[in-house]
Amino acid sequence: MRKIALVLLTAVSLAAQHEATDAKYTKTDIGIGNRLYIANCIYCHGPEGDQISGVDFTHGKFPRSRSDDDIVKIIRDGIPGTGMPAQKMEEPQIRTIVAYLRSLPASAGQALPAGADVARGKVLFQGKGQCTNCHRAQGAGSYFGPDLSDIGMLRRAVELDQSLSDPNAVIMPPNRMFRAVAADGAAIPGRILNQDTFTVQLIDSKERLLSFQRSALKEFSPINTSPMPSYKDRLSAAERADLVAYLLSLKGIQP
Amino acid sequence: MKNVLSIAFATFAAVSAAPAQVGFDRILQAEKEPQNWLTYSGTLKSQRYSTLNQITTGNVKNLELQWVYQARSLEKYEATPLVVDGVMYTVQNPDDVVALDPVTGRVFWTFSYTPSPDSRPCCGRLSRGVAVLGDKVFIGTIDARLIALDARNGKPIWNVEVDKPADGYAVTHAPLVIKDKVIVGVAGGEYGIRGHIDAFDAATGKQVWRFYTIPGAGEKGNETWAGDSWKTGGASVWVTGSFDPDLNLTYWGIGNPGPDWNGDNRGGDNLYSDSVVALDADTGVLKWYYQFSPHDEFDYDAVQVPVLAEIPWPGSTGLRKVMMWANRNGLFYVLDRANGQFLLGKPFVKVTWMKGFDEKGRPMKVPEAQSSREGTLIYPGNQGGTNWYNPSYSPATGLFYIPAWEDYSSLFVKQDAEYVKGQQFGGGGPRNLTPPVVAGGFNYRKEGEQYGVVRAIDPKTGEKKWDFPMSDVTDAGIMTTSTNLLFSGGREGYFFALDARDGKLLWKATLGGRVTSGPMTYSINGRQYIAVCAGSSLFVYALRQ
Ligand code: HEC
Ligand code: HEC
Repeated sequence: MRKIALVLLTAVSLAAQHEATDAKYTKTDIGIGNRLYIANCIYCHGPEGDQISGVDFTHGKFPRSRSDDDIVKIIRDGIPGTGMPAQKMEEPQIRTIVAYLRSLPASAGQALPAGADVARGKVLFQGKGQCTNCHRAQGAGSYFGPDLSDIGMLRRAVELDQSLSDPNAVIMPPNRMFRAVAADGAAIPGRILNQDTFTVQLIDSKERLLSFQRSALKEFSPINTSPMPSYKDRLSAAERADLVAYLLSLKGIQP
Repeated sequence: MKNVLSIAFATFAAVSAAPAQVGFDRILQAEKEPQNWLTYSGTLKSQRYSTLNQITTGNVKNLELQWVYQARSLEKYEATPLVVDGVMYTVQNPDDVVALDPVTGRVFWTFSYTPSPDSRPCCGRLSRGVAVLGDKVFIGTIDARLIALDARNGKPIWNVEVDKPADGYAVTHAPLVIKDKVIVGVAGGEYGIRGHIDAFDAATGKQVWRFYTIPGAGEKGNETWAGDSWKTGGASVWVTGSFDPDLNLTYWGIGNPGPDWNGDNRGGDNLYSDSVVALDADTGVLKWYYQFSPHDEFDYDAVQVPVLAEIPWPGSTGLRKVMMWANRNGLFYVLDRANGQFLLGKPFVKVTWMKGFDEKGRPMKVPEAQSSREGTLIYPGNQGGTNWYNPSYSPATGLFYIPAWEDYSSLFVKQDAEYVKGQQFGGGGPRNLTPPVVAGGFNYRKEGEQYGVVRAIDPKTGEKKWDFPMSDVTDAGIMTTSTNLLFSGGREGYFFALDARDGKLLWKATLGGRVTSGPMTYSINGRQYIAVCAGSSLFVYALRQ
């Protein structure tokens, strides 16, 4: 379920990043395509599109296709006899994915600097960076912030680097913080888990799962700045690269 | 033991005491027996307004669940049940018919139907309800048949073809009974069908008349379709119509032209797609029409139940016979139902495809508002400002009530479409910028981002009177009562009662599944009940005793 929400967020951020792309496709196409890519393709092809040997979307490697129409056909029909499944999708949706795949090279090359180290990143994550005060990864850390256990499957290096340097730049809808003020005046900040017409669900900094009737709250409003500090000055560029390397290595909770 | 016996006895008494014969005169005057719900929209005026007055704004908070019927189907439950002399008739998707005790929910009989494997309705293997006349119950099926059942035991009496399911035809709406005829139209607007409305003899199932929703070669209106495009132009019918006995006219909303999102090869207005048609109930001959969305490329089916009322109208002496219509295209209309004259048209949500009406009431389209290869952003989006969701008109408040979608747009993308019999014939499609909240999933929408409302509109001005906003969009119909209650629900699984005068919430229940039907009410032995479908079940409420 989280996946779906994440998908949304990325759409927004990426649309903004790819200003200068193939004029054939609009920013909206790319945004929607990104969302669909995360939901349907990322687990096999990876966030950079390079996880299947011989195929590399970021570097324009499409061994079986020449034109966009070829790619559409592959996505729609799959490649029989290989691991590439046919997708139950309408053609307009597929076109947006192609738009996204075509946009990837524009932001390539911004990946990790040489020498970035996963092991050092892990130490920073748990130590100096104090990330575990708010985040959980691989079964350890706080529940308050988003769980980063599979962030490496969902985000690209550029996006993770941006999260560290400028946490306010893009806040995904499921990661938003709200301020709930109870009848007795007590203010409870928390990350939103769900909401409907009459109720809201949050997890607060004490890691409590809370549910409120909206009518019982004096106030319920979004906090538009991230509680996460910027690491632009707190950590060196090399340290941030190590952290990004570590985050990219997080591909699901290891039992 | 004693209890069981007495309930059984009461039920028996309820069924046997009343005559099962439902003559058309009773349906015609359904408002005189509000304890029953004899036709899909309550009465032939389709106001979904009841004069049952046991449940009031004061005591509605004491509503209590009486029983639940869990259908063995996971399809959206869009049906409105009927209640006739102590028996409830409804559907179990796709096309089973069930007769239940409306007091306990116990089943008297079930008619199980397996539609032909050729059936391929676009948007749900379901039926929105049944009709009754005499001692028969009628259902239109997704394999485009009309079946008459014996109301006593559910055995089929006749079963006739309406059209060919393999060519994309289906029947999904509740049939409408007028006099001795059963009237149904065909769905299939996404398959290049040629729509029609048919009347069948209720006694024999013999077809009495057919009205093609797209005029044939040589007929007036055929010139509104370029070339042969009329042959595959869609113009389906998938919600029930209404009837005015004085004018002897039956009114039906007609669906989108096909291919839905590419109008290149169907130049012209494409009559009678996206229109209301007024037909002579005896012959099916067209008396007048009004087209809401000429040459539509946004899937704006005019699939709303025509709501009929007599209201004061500026410049008219006495009450005027009007038809009220909140359309998928985002506009609210009032028409004179004797002649189709355009009286009022006004957006009820953000509308960007048109910029007003000419003096005849024809919408002036914005030239750039066309489906395009790269996508054109249009308000309202593909699902519309509202959709087939049952509206209600309350003579008590004089207000018209609709479920509406706010902040809703789509990017309309055009593609080539080649007609292949029985295959989808869409020519592109919408892209929605805000993905739907998955059923049972998380709602992370931002404040003010795509949400649903129950909206009250003053039909005399088209002005909004009040809104009841929800966090998610809604597909729930609306029912009002003479005690100023309004019942509706939404995708979040709430079923609620509002004060019809100001939209204030009076009561709510959590049903755990989307409310995708119109609520209805009935009364048995002096006790008023409210029924609504949510998820795959039917829930029935009454006041705590
Ligand atoms: C279950 C794993 C899986 C999923 C899910 C998957 N793919 Fe693939 N895909 C593959 C594999 C494996 C190949 C390589 C097939 C081969 O050529 O042997 C492939 C190949 C492709 C190619 C061919 C590139 C070329 O020209 O040779 C494209 C394009 C593609 N995938 C796009 C997608 C898109 C877009 C999605 C999501 C909508 C997707 N795939 C989902 C496994 C997957
Ligand atoms: C004070 C609490 C706090 C600390 C400390 C903190 N974060 Fe965060 N972080 C958050 C919150 C809350 C969010 C969600 C809101 C946002 O996106 O800014 C977030 C978001 C993120 C995201 C984006 C998640 C996504 O789904 O895209 C990443 C990546 C991240 N943090 C990594 C880190 C790393 C690495 C550290 C340590 C160097 C760290 N954070 C330290 C609270 C914190």
